[in-house]
Amino acid sequence: MNDIASPGSSVRQVSVRQDIVPRTFVRSQVSPDLPPPLAVGGVIGWMRDNLFSSVFTSILTLLSLLFLYLHTPDLVRWLFIDAIWSAPDGDACRAPGAGACWAYVNAKLEFFAYGSYPRDMVWRVDLTLLIGAGLAAWLLWPSAKHKAAALVLFLVVYPVIAFHLLHGLGPGLRATLSWLADLFGSKPLADVAANTLPVVGTNLWGGVFVSLLVATVGIVVSLPLGVLLALGRRSKAPVARFLCVMLIEIVRGVPLITVLFMANTMLPLFVPEQWSPDRLMRPLIGVALFASVYMAEVVRGGLQAVPKGQFEGAMALGMSWWSMMRQIILPQALTIVIPGVVNSFIALFKDTTLVAIVGIFDFLRAVDTARLDPVWAGPTSSATGYVFAATFYFVFCFGMSRYSMMMERRLTRGRSH
Amino acid sequence: MSSAPAGAASQTEPPRTPFWRADWARGALWQALLLAAFVWLMWAAIDNASVNMRARGVPTDFGFWNRPAGFDINQTLVHFTSAGSTYGRAFTVGLLNTLLVAFFGIIIASVLGFLIGVARLSRNWMVARLATIYVEVIRNTPLLLQLLFWYNAVLAPLPNPRQSLELPGNIYLNNRGLFVPEPLFGAGFDWTLWALGIAIIAYYAVKRYAARLRVETTKRLPVGAIALGLIIGLPALAFLLAGAPLSWSTPVLRGFNFNGGVRIFPEFVALLLGLSLYTAAFIAEIVRAGVLSVSHGQSEAASALGLPRGRLLRLVVIPQAMRVIIPPLTNQYLNLTKNSSLAVFIGYPDLVQVFAGTVLNQTGAAVQVISITMAVYLVISLVTSAGMNLYNRRMALAER
Repeated sequence: MNDIASPGSSVRQVSVRQDIVPRTFVRSQVSPDLPPPLAVGGVIGWMRDNLFSSVFTSILTLLSLLFLYLHTPDLVRWLFIDAIWSAPDGDACRAPGAGACWAYVNAKLEFFAYGSYPRDMVWRVDLTLLIGAGLAAWLLWPSAKHKAAALVLFLVVYPVIAFHLLHGLGPGLRATLSWLADLFGSKPLADVAANTLPVVGTNLWGGVFVSLLVATVGIVVSLPLGVLLALGRRSKAPVARFLCVMLIEIVRGVPLITVLFMANTMLPLFVPEQWSPDRLMRPLIGVALFASVYMAEVVRGGLQAVPKGQFEGAMALGMSWWSMMRQIILPQALTIVIPGVVNSFIALFKDTTLVAIVGIFDFLRAVDTARLDPVWAGPTSSATGYVFAATFYFVFCFGMSRYSMMMERRLTRGRSH
Repeated sequence: MSSAPAGAASQTEPPRTPFWRADWARGALWQALLLAAFVWLMWAAIDNASVNMRARGVPTDFGFWNRPAGFDINQTLVHFTSAGSTYGRAFTVGLLNTLLVAFFGIIIASVLGFLIGVARLSRNWMVARLATIYVEVIRNTPLLLQLLFWYNAVLAPLPNPRQSLELPGNIYLNNRGLFVPEPLFGAGFDWTLWALGIAIIAYYAVKRYAARLRVETTKRLPVGAIALGLIIGLPALAFLLAGAPLSWSTPVLRGFNFNGGVRIFPEFVALLLGLSLYTAAFIAEIVRAGVLSVSHGQSEAASALGLPRGRLLRLVVIPQAMRVIIPPLTNQYLNLTKNSSLAVFIGYPDLVQVFAGTVLNQTGAAVQVISITMAVYLVISLVTSAGMNLYNRRMALAER
């Protein structure tokens, strides 16, 4: 009685009762899809959903469009179309209606990069930066091997090489070399001892490489010192905890500028006269200290996020405190805080600009000095220099933050099964 | 440690740990060494400092505090003259200038930050994108660069006073600063202030009464309308009754500069602009994270209960978001205050520029001046975080 339309036959007559003859029509073939209504799919639908979903949203969209319409053309014209790309001096840039003075940036590029570092020895800076970039790439490449070796190279070997390359052969090394030359009575070796890598005083250093130097020293020092301070703050020993808390809270409570002032004016008073640190060394100490206490707070967050069972498990295995920290707790804690660590690196990189206050010629200071050069000074040279500097800092900081996001995704992917 | 088989042997006492291998003894030894090292370091530093300071003829006391300063400060909130005022007075001027820029900076940054944070969450693609661009650009460039940009590239090329940009409301902008009309309060204006105070107290009374009324009788009072009427109406009434004792001194161009009105220095404008725009980007991210941290179920449940969107936000989402927002927001306020020390780069006379800069250079009392400066910032930080901790405790989730 209850017939079911069988596939294959398109229309079938079903008889339920003999006196009434109902007909049921069952479609047995799928009709082709219709295109979605114009208002839902496609560009128009997207615009309806995302730009004009209500009166208020529509007004906002129109206002944003108006804002873009009013400012983008001017900005593009200033940056590119009306910009002066090459000129022997600032005359073209001083003409009324001229846009950004890229010729000025081009002319000052060497100064921005190296400050007053002797031009014939700039290869030493380049080589240092190249080695540093190579090591950093090794460390940061997600799937690179032997990262522990890279870390040792970066934290221990690289600073020594960088110092000798940038500053010149240290007196100890030079004396050893000339002693060897005397011992063997070798003339070429004596030449080498006397002439390789002559000393370049830090008063000539400047530009991008000093910015990178300050940031690198801050990173290299702040990681281990920050971990130590964080461990001290979490330790059960009251003396260590008290000292660490004091240091962290005091330095975090004051602006970096006052720490730099302190490093610059008070530090030379606190040490015997003959140990008085170099003028570049003082802000480096200040920046490293400042970065360390912020790092300590980041690491402390990671230590607190490690489940208590990990500590208890390690203790149950009879591990000593140091090996528990090194093998069980810190690897987990540091993995958790990678985004925080990168964030404080970004903050540190931006903060390196403040060393200018104690007379260090970092990149921003170089830009800010170059704009006063009478050959190039003009109504747009300041803005051009700042836009160039902003682009430089943006590329570095934005790159770091994207990298940290990528690492975070990789790490959480590994952990979520 | 004994791996003896179970039985009689295990009943014997394990050998006592000699005290030099006991945990407490080792801990005490390490701590004593640490303390000794710290004390030695401190002592050596103080000893060196006193030797060095004597050798360089640097003052070691606070005697400079009461000596005449002999330099000028362009923006002073309290009376200050180069001839008669002391270094202590200069400290006060600098501190007040720091607090002034921090106060206005915090207000502007909060308003802007909340707006941008909400804009980033907007369902409007265009608005969200613009807000994201703003946040990313501002957060990824140094604050100092932004300050220099505002000061040297935006404010410095402004026209001279004769060709000032005229803004609505008799406000003039030129390379000497922003000139705004100055309110001159006549006799009887204090009545308006009293009325405002009374109105605020009355508002709280009405609010409490309305809350009680609602619990007891479920009747609602239009608290918002009453508050508006009280807080605007009462002072306005007092103002009119006293005969409108307020006049404006508008800036007028005389010769090469403006007379009358209030001159807001370009340094202040640049610093305020830079600090607020920079901090606003960070506050926007905090607000966004706070709103996103409220679980979706909360707003869905509120909609299911029939709350309209405005009340849903005000009664359900924002209170819970605030709990997440407040601690990092406090941090940003403190950061703004500390960052105001960048004033020294553009010559705004804040605490660091006046005290740790000019006074330090003139007196040479490095240790005293730097210590005082650091102590001031430390006290500001500690007081603010103590206050915010108190507030935070009130707002915290009452877990049962």
